[in-house]
Amino acid sequence: MTTRIESFEQLKQKYEEYKSLVEVRADLDYDGDQKFILVCGGTGCVSSKSLQIVENFNNLIKEHGVQDKVRASISGCFGFCEKGPIVKVFPENVFYVQVTPDDAKEIFEKHIMNDEVVDRLLYVEPVTQKSMHDSLEMPFYRRQMRVALRHCGLIDPEIIEEYIGVGGYQSMAKVITQMTPEEAIEIMKQSGLGGRGGAGFSTGRKWEFGRMYQSDRKFVICNADEGDPGAFMDRSIMEGDAHTVIEGMAIAAYCIGADQGYVYIRAEYPLAVKRLQIAIDEARELGLLGKNILGTDFSFDVDVRLGAGAFVCGEETALIQSIQGNRGEPTTKPPFPAEKGLWQQPTVVNNVETLANVPVIFDKGPEWFANIGTEKSKGTKVFALAGKVNNVGLVEVPMGTTLRQLIFEIGGGVRGGGKFKAAQSGGPSGGCIPEQFLDTPIDFQSLGQIGSMMGSGGMIVMSDSDCMVNIARFYLEFIVEESCGRCVPCRVGTKRMLEILTDITKGKGTPEMLVELQSLAETIKDTALCGLGQTAPNPVLSTLRYFMDEYKAHVEEKRCPAGVCTDLLHYEIIPDKCIGCTACARTCPVNCISGAPKQVHVIDQEKCIKCGNCLVKCRFGAVVRK
Amino acid sequence: MTEQKNPCCTGSNPGYAELGAYIDALKIDPKDPERKEMLIMTLHKAQSIFGYLPAEVQKFVAKKFSIPHADVSGVISFYNYFTTTPKGKTNISICMGTACYVNGSEKILQDFEKALGIKSGQVTADGRFSIESLRCVGACGLAPVVLINEHVYGKVKQGQAEKIIEEYLIEYGEQVEVQ
Repeated sequence: MTTRIESFEQLKQKYEEYKSLVEVRADLDYDGDQKFILVCGGTGCVSSKSLQIVENFNNLIKEHGVQDKVRASISGCFGFCEKGPIVKVFPENVFYVQVTPDDAKEIFEKHIMNDEVVDRLLYVEPVTQKSMHDSLEMPFYRRQMRVALRHCGLIDPEIIEEYIGVGGYQSMAKVITQMTPEEAIEIMKQSGLGGRGGAGFSTGRKWEFGRMYQSDRKFVICNADEGDPGAFMDRSIMEGDAHTVIEGMAIAAYCIGADQGYVYIRAEYPLAVKRLQIAIDEARELGLLGKNILGTDFSFDVDVRLGAGAFVCGEETALIQSIQGNRGEPTTKPPFPAEKGLWQQPTVVNNVETLANVPVIFDKGPEWFANIGTEKSKGTKVFALAGKVNNVGLVEVPMGTTLRQLIFEIGGGVRGGGKFKAAQSGGPSGGCIPEQFLDTPIDFQSLGQIGSMMGSGGMIVMSDSDCMVNIARFYLEFIVEESCGRCVPCRVGTKRMLEILTDITKGKGTPEMLVELQSLAETIKDTALCGLGQTAPNPVLSTLRYFMDEYKAHVEEKRCPAGVCTDLLHYEIIPDKCIGCTACARTCPVNCISGAPKQVHVIDQEKCIKCGNCLVKCRFGAVVRK
Repeated sequence: MTEQKNPCCTGSNPGYAELGAYIDALKIDPKDPERKEMLIMTLHKAQSIFGYLPAEVQKFVAKKFSIPHADVSGVISFYNYFTTTPKGKTNISICMGTACYVNGSEKILQDFEKALGIKSGQVTADGRFSIESLRCVGACGLAPVVLINEHVYGKVKQGQAEKIIEEYLIEYGEQVEVQ
């Protein structure tokens, strides 16, 4: 049975006690004889049976009776999801990729028992074909700077002792025992940390507002309703380092004077919910949450509230409605939640990544934090790199890193040898950034200037085989489904926009429609009630601005240059290449391909349903899509 | 839509005892203006017990919370996660998040629809399978992603639908023959 930690002194003692738990992983100069096997336990790797890998390692450790020298456990996301499941062996820092449960035996027998690296499981750098031992040398990690993700891929997220062993909860202890709330808020303001949910508003100032309004009941809410499709930063932080988020919330609560916090999290993230709940229970047991934390007057507790699949609930006023058990419809601002939020009481809503940065700021100092990044955007940003990019995964870079560095150096370029067309940041609220802006340093301001936004950090790479009109339609479809219906511009306007875009992708577009689309988009942007509606036209506005030629090809020539919009395509057989093998005719579901064996075949364009089966089946490159 | 009479949801169902105990433990004060705070959590619980949220269950919850049935129904209709129709025993969800979409998830959905002969949002006549699309499970590294009940299948390619369903049934499913 664990006992409560009653003071900062006791917490420091615990740190000394638990430090050795993580030493072999955290200390780069470690020279003891311990070994540690860390297996990624993020959603991606768990889907590829990583839990089985840990179990196999633990069985092997037992079989060989080396429990006192070797340990194996799960960790949070390493970020390199593309090559999962990932296994890392310390202290050598050797990084194995795409490990299967059966590979555990080989790694154990060769590497752990005989210090012999298993070459075939190392990451091979695609350009030089060199296998890499050390993850820090890999292009994927070289440019990264892990602040919010500092413990992901280092500690076991389900064991609070490990978090304490890396200095966890000491920032909270320092703040609540040695600082006044005003002093702590001042430090937050000096650090320049801006809200990582997308808008970048100063966290210190937000807390200052929360403190300013008087009430005997105040709340801190962690917004973990990460609804942008294609974004998984917050999920990974909660799965990999839930205690950091709790610690950040506790510091926020002390600063504004709250005693209750909520984490509002998507129900679609079962693993993150589980780990968060474990972390809360552990923290309560040690007295790091609850009444009179560390023997002070400060009391604070956290509860989990599940979302239920509504994108709009990522908007703070809608989120508050949802916690109150209502339909998640946004309310007008002002009053802002800092004045009247949950149950009409002062409430501060912070995003997961924002909160994960808070303990570091108090640990390393605001100057350290403010030195990272650009003039106006401080610190780092976590991006979920996905789509048509070689190294799909989670990356954290200093603000000011360029898109080119992010996509081509860290991301390893466009998948399958395609040509880069656009990067979409900010999810359904953001825009598509074309090639000419690849050298733009990424920060809150620069992305806004080029018609996109930082958003929460989703970064989807698109290649020349993606149709930008269709992508705009895809996002609009999402918005129409997710619009809560409260205000007319969003409810009706986005629907009209979707109808126009659907017509264009079906070849029924007219030049007037493009004008109408532009004017609708601008009107909605100016008049919608909440952030969801105001930013909903961004994917359309940005594609109209940068990819007008593609819209024109659809409208004027009834042609889809990327070959995506089915209604604008047709399939043909090149007579010179067709040898009459009949494969296409046999696979055609509507029997529209005619021709005798060994004769040239022909597609009946009237009957063709454009399923593309013949193109896939033909081994002679005779079928073409135009 | 006619309410499907399902034996699982008659008053004598032990699920009601479980749900009732869950709500009783919340100690809801019928006069507390903030009593709806745990409504959404309760509906999650109810859906995990019954598989869906038919009118009887909604009324049961409303009564326990001392709120109008309309309040409960309004919340359910707002959130995608809640459903008032039962899903198949084996529910197949195809991720339509952006990362999956640009990696061809639309074609994967068509594959599953063809394999089972139903459309997204429908249940097979025998109640065994259902298909739905969902928004981003956050496993973008594995795009395109298919979930069968809670099991994730990543990097799915066209033409694998039947194979994946079979694999699932062999590994986790009820012991029944695959057509």
